Amino acid sequence: MSEFLQALDIIRPYVAGAVLILGAVIVFLGASGVLRLPDFYSRLHAAGVTDTLGTLLVLLGLILFSGFTLLSAKLALVGMFLLLTSPTATHAVANAAHKSGLKPLLGTWRSQPPKDEPGNNT
Amino acid sequence: MNVSNESRIGVFMGYALSLTTAMAVLWLVLSGHYDSTLLLGLGAGSAVFASFMAWRLHILDVETSPYHRLWRFVLYWPWLLMEVIKTNITVIRTILSPDMVLTPRMVRVKTLPDTDMGRALFANSITLTPGTVSVDLDSDEIIVHALLKEMTDKAGFADMAARSARASGEKPADKAGGMK
Repeated sequence: MSEFLQALDIIRPYVAGAVLILGAVIVFLGASGVLRLPDFYSRLHAAGVTDTLGTLLVLLGLILFSGFTLLSAKLALVGMFLLLTSPTATHAVANAAHKSGLKPLLGTWRSQPPKDEPGNNT
Repeated sequence: MNVSNESRIGVFMGYALSLTTAMAVLWLVLSGHYDSTLLLGLGAGSAVFASFMAWRLHILDVETSPYHRLWRFVLYWPWLLMEVIKTNITVIRTILSPDMVLTPRMVRVKTLPDTDMGRALFANSITLTPGTVSVDLDSDEIIVHALLKEMTDKAGFADMAARSARASGEKPADKAGGMK
């Protein structure tokens, strides 16, 4: 049993690093989504990816790095506060845009013109 | 009159006690001092003083001190976390697709929890799941902006509303019995 725990302790930093890298990639994808999406409201959704899954994975990686310590408890509290405050901030921004009369893009939007017949569009 | 007054004082003491305990635990976790009597005393004193100020401001109620039904929220969070991960994958797939097709919608969601806390939890849960943002909250509806039309499924919103109503302490049997 103690050998199993020792093995867990050896692989822990590697798992933590992998989780941190995954979180960083997801934060990057969220940022690229903010650039690619067409209007204000849809960009909020891409920012939401960074806010939720990206932050959670980065914090989880840091918790795995520091192990069973007080630092991990503080990081978990940071995650909890972020999950409570970030939707409030997103709602405040969206509500301000809606109240000041910004109209959302509705219907169907394509980043490229539709191709009816492949090969016909060259 | 006397009985209700006394029970109200009991409920008040419950809020004050749970708020003080929560703040003392928070102080311990954030400071990490366990051995100095002076610092521990000052921490306990500041927790009690903060509760006293909450009482003086007349904001000592279920919204500032919801800790006695924290377990309901704790039961709600794993489900919400799974929803957040699922919708994150959908949104990331949309962002990454080379020819992106969006079908943005503004929809009105009419199925709402009854209490203020349930509604706040529901609106926050909608915003927390990527792909849907609650834009405006009226007395009987939430206006939601969704990135894809698949995300405006009525049954999905109703399910989330029922779960957040349960998490904030409403009983499905007697709707008027929700604590206010």
